[in-house]
Amino acid sequence: MKDFIIPDRDFGTPAAKSKAMVTLTIDGFDVTVPEGTSIMRAAAEIGISVPKLCATDSLDAFGSCRLCLVEIEGRNGTPASCTTPVAPGIKVHTQNAKLKQLRRGVMELYISDHPLDCLTCAANGDCELQDMAGAVGLRDVRYEAGENHFEVRNTSGEKNPNWLPKDDSNPYFAYDPAKCIVCSRCVRACEEIQGTFALTIEGRGFDSRVSFGAKTDTALTSDCVSCGACVQACPTGTLQEKSVIDIGTPDRSVITTCAYCGVGCSFKAEMRGDELVRMTPYKHGKANRGHSCVKGRFAYGYASHKDRILSPMIRDSINDPWQEVTWAEAMEFASNRMKGIIAKYGRHSVGVITSSRCTNEEAYLVQKLTRAVFQNNNTDTCARVCHSPTGYGLGQTFGTSAGTQDFDSVEQTDVVILIGANPTDGHPVFASRLKKRLRQGAKLIVIDPRRIDLVDNSAHIRAAQHLALTPGTNVAVVTALAHVIVTEGLFDEAFIRDRCDWDEFQDYAEFVSDPRHSPEATQFLTGVKADELRAAARLYAKGGNGAIYYGLGVTEHSQGSTTVIGIANLAMLTGNVGRPGVGVNPLRGQNNVQGSCDMGSFPHELPGYRHVKNDQVREVFESLWGVKIDNEPGLRIPNMLDAAVEGTFKGLYCQGEDILQSDPDTKHVAAGLAAMDCVIVHDLFLNETANYAHVFFPGSSFLEKDGTFTNAERRINRVRKVMAPRQGYADWEVTQMFAQAMGADWHYTHPSQIMDEIALLTPSFAGVSYERLEELGSVQWPCNEKAPEGTPLMHIDGFVRGKGKFIVTEYVATDEKTGPRFPLLLTTGRILSQYNVGAQTRRTENVVWHAEDVLEIHPHDAELRGVRDGQFVKLASRSGETSLRAKITDRVSPGVVYTTFHHPTTQANVITTDFSDWATNCPEYKVTAVQVSPSNGPTEWQEEYAAQAEASRRILAAE
Amino acid sequence: MSADAHEKLIYMANQISKFFESKPHAEGVAGIAAHINDFWEPRMRRYLFEVVDAGGAGLRPLVLEATCSIRRPTPEHA
Repeated sequence: MKDFIIPDRDFGTPAAKSKAMVTLTIDGFDVTVPEGTSIMRAAAEIGISVPKLCATDSLDAFGSCRLCLVEIEGRNGTPASCTTPVAPGIKVHTQNAKLKQLRRGVMELYISDHPLDCLTCAANGDCELQDMAGAVGLRDVRYEAGENHFEVRNTSGEKNPNWLPKDDSNPYFAYDPAKCIVCSRCVRACEEIQGTFALTIEGRGFDSRVSFGAKTDTALTSDCVSCGACVQACPTGTLQEKSVIDIGTPDRSVITTCAYCGVGCSFKAEMRGDELVRMTPYKHGKANRGHSCVKGRFAYGYASHKDRILSPMIRDSINDPWQEVTWAEAMEFASNRMKGIIAKYGRHSVGVITSSRCTNEEAYLVQKLTRAVFQNNNTDTCARVCHSPTGYGLGQTFGTSAGTQDFDSVEQTDVVILIGANPTDGHPVFASRLKKRLRQGAKLIVIDPRRIDLVDNSAHIRAAQHLALTPGTNVAVVTALAHVIVTEGLFDEAFIRDRCDWDEFQDYAEFVSDPRHSPEATQFLTGVKADELRAAARLYAKGGNGAIYYGLGVTEHSQGSTTVIGIANLAMLTGNVGRPGVGVNPLRGQNNVQGSCDMGSFPHELPGYRHVKNDQVREVFESLWGVKIDNEPGLRIPNMLDAAVEGTFKGLYCQGEDILQSDPDTKHVAAGLAAMDCVIVHDLFLNETANYAHVFFPGSSFLEKDGTFTNAERRINRVRKVMAPRQGYADWEVTQMFAQAMGADWHYTHPSQIMDEIALLTPSFAGVSYERLEELGSVQWPCNEKAPEGTPLMHIDGFVRGKGKFIVTEYVATDEKTGPRFPLLLTTGRILSQYNVGAQTRRTENVVWHAEDVLEIHPHDAELRGVRDGQFVKLASRSGETSLRAKITDRVSPGVVYTTFHHPTTQANVITTDFSDWATNCPEYKVTAVQVSPSNGPTEWQEEYAAQAEASRRILAAE
Repeated sequence: MSADAHEKLIYMANQISKFFESKPHAEGVAGIAAHINDFWEPRMRRYLFEVVDAGGAGLRPLVLEATCSIRRPTPEHA
């Protein structure tokens, strides 16, 4: 169980990137380091730790604490080793009588203004101030406590005006100003790493204090996004996780991967016994490079929430209360029902939904269950409702659905186009890395109907262009960008001739050059001014390394796949593929949505994106699995629901997905589920879908199992078990038990065996094994003989499909149109503190930031309708109606309203329609014609829904 | 089979058609057929053929042209 304890050495300052090397002598030892390295880091490289307080290798050197002084032969004084770069041939001394005395004097001053409550301090044993006092041999503090910051009252009982009370407002960490040594590490972390600038130093000299925002602010009311970077950086107990205050310091740590978004941050799960003390970002994690967001860092309490179901449950009918049973009874009940359905309605009447929240190994087993045991291809996954158009669009143009870059690539980008994505909320750690690059001078073009934070609400960042298009007009905008690039001759002819099909390019160039695609012609349709669009196109084409990042605002449209194709066209036109700093980068939603797609979760393709129609591919699987595989594509989620309503689809095993809340047209989903004879939900909680389930398999959290997740950059990261599954079994074991009950001869004893099977069957995973992952930390597929260490960048010397394919992208307006009854367009999105359907984050303290979904509406539209800020409004579409509170803001344009879908009481998907992407049936979440009117409270539907949900969640007391 | 389901299938086929109508004619026809063969499960194709066999009312011309290249589902799958 105690897998890994990797000491995280702190080298004091960041690594220098220079290729030129410099040799110097430190304490008599020769050391050779890159030019620009600090003396402190050079010393650390040979194992000499110069005492320090304000330096840490995640932040630029600051030189304020004066503890890291060194002497250099032939130079005057005692320079700070953190801010002094190495020079050839210099001789440095880090320890001598003079330095010792100076350091002790500095420490003595620090300690004279610090409470000596070490034994009862939460940072006891994990405090750099304590360590340094020991390191410099501080034995005595001669100064009497005169004016100071840590005593509440002086000896005469008068209040100390310099003392500030502890700020406990943030639910996850405390700020105790009395313990602060004003090293500025927190302020610098907030600026340099997170890029929020919520912290500052107020006052000067002895009056200097760390402050969240303005003087009247608290941690909670300031701009702070609770990413935890400041807490991580704090060398003392000043900024401290409340979990450490409550529990104590951890005694071991295990490297694992966050289970929230597609960034896939590496974390250390720091443990005491089997209690999780805290999650800290792992600095060698290649996706996050030591950073985190509020969800991964702090919002893990759901795993031990009281709502979590720990016993299997069954019921005959969805109107009955649940009955707790043993695992064996649950398996018998579920398998008998499924076998009965198959006997009566045939093998095509059942299917599975794999989870993008579970591991690769688990997704693989679930799709194998349907292909090898049920013997059909009825498998789908939540990527259906998010990035399926990416798979189609990039597959057609480049030859693979994969994102082209790693996240490090953004460090070399000069111009970023961000389309339909809101990274500061949806992909916060990537957003921080992006913001860092933007602060260094890279330019940003935002294409989004809503003024997201990156447009003008992020410190020291302002988008060069914000194309606030009308929802549903993505294709027109992207084609107009191509029009400008082609007609103004801004394309990269050499790249196109070399890497793409020249004839196809000419057809494409002719198509986009048509005046009807010009920004002047499309501006009336898209709402984007022609001159702004032209400026954006010129900037992207000629501004240096151009990278496109996009999200669900691209895919979740009737023309989602067409927009993805259009994006790929733009990258090929400008030669922005195949090197660092460029590329086409889909920002994936779920932690393992990339992996679940790789693992063959789609009904038409086996693991590794190979179509089931290919005989050779099926044969490989058939010979290993010993079964015949169906050569016809199976049902997608919407098809399953349609078929269920018709009466031909009767049984579903749904692992870790809540289709009733996350899929469009809730009423249709509910009708489909209600029509089935056996719905098995495998989840941590009785989610909304479970309202219609007959069997409930309790799930295990990511802390309780081994496996791998694959993030948006195709990086396969290990998930490591840090505690035993609370309900007895890891999810892969539950699927295996169910398969065995259905007659399968499966005997996996560890997920590594499942990965070995995947590697055996899937060329792009051929080189992947748990041993390899231990060795390299993580690996980006393809990983095989040709690329034994994985593939950070795709399409370097040629596209996967050979020549890049330009495809014309005709704009076809969605049939979801506004009219007199529904004059506004609703678009949906996310916010930072909540995650997707909120099943996890709603069960954490994150609700302090977002307790309910609200409807953003422009003041003009609100005024017309008599809607006031904070008032309940009814939101109605052709599909249904719901109610929620209004928030009046000009972040949305007139005619557009916006909400999130994190809370089941809102049920925003009652409103969304069943229009979907032409190629993949990815639902059109981002465009719904609606009307908004003042209301008194919940609609009839919401009340009925709540009553039904409550009734369906009854659990009989154990006998 | 309800009229609703047929209507949905007609709508989806026409949506695919609209993408391929901007391609050269032969490529467009082949594209529609390949797309439906690759992504539509047999049940959906059976409904499509029910519509086609009843005269194809409501289907865009390019879809009708493509149907000669669309696989009819085998009885086992239908």
